[in-house]
Amino acid sequence: MDLSFFSWDLISKYVVSGFYFSVQLTFISTLGGILFGTILALLRLSGNPVLAIPATVYVNGMRSIPLVMVILWFFLLVPLLIGRPVGAEYSAIITFIAFEAAYFSEIMRAGIQSIPRGQVYAGQALGMTYGQNMRLVVLPQAFRNMLPVLLTQTIILFQDTSLVYAIGAYDLLKGFVTAGKIYGRPEESYLLAAIVYFIICFGLSVLVRRLQARIAIIR
Amino acid sequence: MAWDWQVFCKNTTEGTTEALCWGKGGDITYLQWMFQAWGWTLSVAVCAWVIAVVVGVLVGMARTLPNSPWLVRLANAWVELFRNIPILVQLFIWYFVVPRLFPGFRHVPGFLLVVFALGFFTSARIAEQVRAGVQALPRGQRYAGMAMGFTTAQTYRYVILPMAFRIILPPLTSESMNLLKNSSVAFAVSIAELTMFAMQAQEETSRGIEVYLAVTGLYALSAFAVNRIFAFIERKVQIPGFIVAGGTGGH
Repeated sequence: MDLSFFSWDLISKYVVSGFYFSVQLTFISTLGGILFGTILALLRLSGNPVLAIPATVYVNGMRSIPLVMVILWFFLLVPLLIGRPVGAEYSAIITFIAFEAAYFSEIMRAGIQSIPRGQVYAGQALGMTYGQNMRLVVLPQAFRNMLPVLLTQTIILFQDTSLVYAIGAYDLLKGFVTAGKIYGRPEESYLLAAIVYFIICFGLSVLVRRLQARIAIIR
Repeated sequence: MAWDWQVFCKNTTEGTTEALCWGKGGDITYLQWMFQAWGWTLSVAVCAWVIAVVVGVLVGMARTLPNSPWLVRLANAWVELFRNIPILVQLFIWYFVVPRLFPGFRHVPGFLLVVFALGFFTSARIAEQVRAGVQALPRGQRYAGMAMGFTTAQTYRYVILPMAFRIILPPLTSESMNLLKNSSVAFAVSIAELTMFAMQAQEETSRGIEVYLAVTGLYALSAFAVNRIFAFIERKVQIPGFIVAGGTGGH
């Protein structure tokens, strides 16, 4: 074990850009995943089989295959669909939005279902349309109830971004692996990668737990 | 784009199409290779599952022990450690770093190192479920055990665990399916499992869609099988009137 090779030079050259991509990927796919996940959840809860069945098939399909396979699929299919080769990073972003939407939709569905029926009826009694009822009554409460779970899913998502290794995208893990290869210290850089991931994910999960406690008091 | 399922009948070394899609004299077709890869996926998942359940139950139990604060802290630390590092990074550590740091691991086959990585990673998640399951039981159950003069070990063995196991069966089902899916990361250390097969066969044959479809189908089939097995167990061990079928928790 020799950690002396670890320097600011190494961080700025190899790790920072990878870290930046991991954060970017996490951020974009959380937002996109929540957006499309909410739509999927609303489709599934619509009570209309023409809308609900395709959404259910999509969600269950995504959830029954490994993320690595989904990443490979999109890397293969996206260039075919748009007719030109795309970078691994671009493909990764599309993949994660599509994949995480399935998981976020399950969270949203549970959140929406956790709102008592009386709230919906109250909205209807006030003469609200379905859209108004969802936007003004149900979703704001559902989001608050689900906030800790959504954030926990985001932490998992951040960990999962390391799987873009399969298509060679340059993320945080790849940054460490590359640095390890160049400096001839692969073992040490795997350990450093583990420590960095641990600090980030553990720190965030402590924050989520605190938030959870605060939200629990408000309710 | 036309389908070409003939690709699975191709000989992996010579590229010729074999009759009945089965290679002769030591040669194998892509179909055979895929089934072997499926075998590796299932072996990795099953072995890792055994480790995950044994360790997960022990650690999860330790987190609920009444009078051993240090054991509780140690078990909590275990869960945090294995839950907050991505599985791929943990896999690299087991595969590349552990054999370097601990000479005893130098001759451990790669397959086992992957099994350890996946097993311990999943054990943290199962420990969390076991803890939640034990704590979901009413406190009176533990007191009842004490009132009967049971030791702590006996209370767990005869009172708490039998109930907790039934409570955690639904989350354990999805965690077992997760483990099966997570086994796909073994491609990164060149274990010849399904994802590895998919990547290599795609490269060699350029029939990515057919290859990926078949592999995805096998994963979905395996996950479904796990789901059915657990549903069967859940039905078999159900105590009438005690836990509602399909419900989480409750008494």
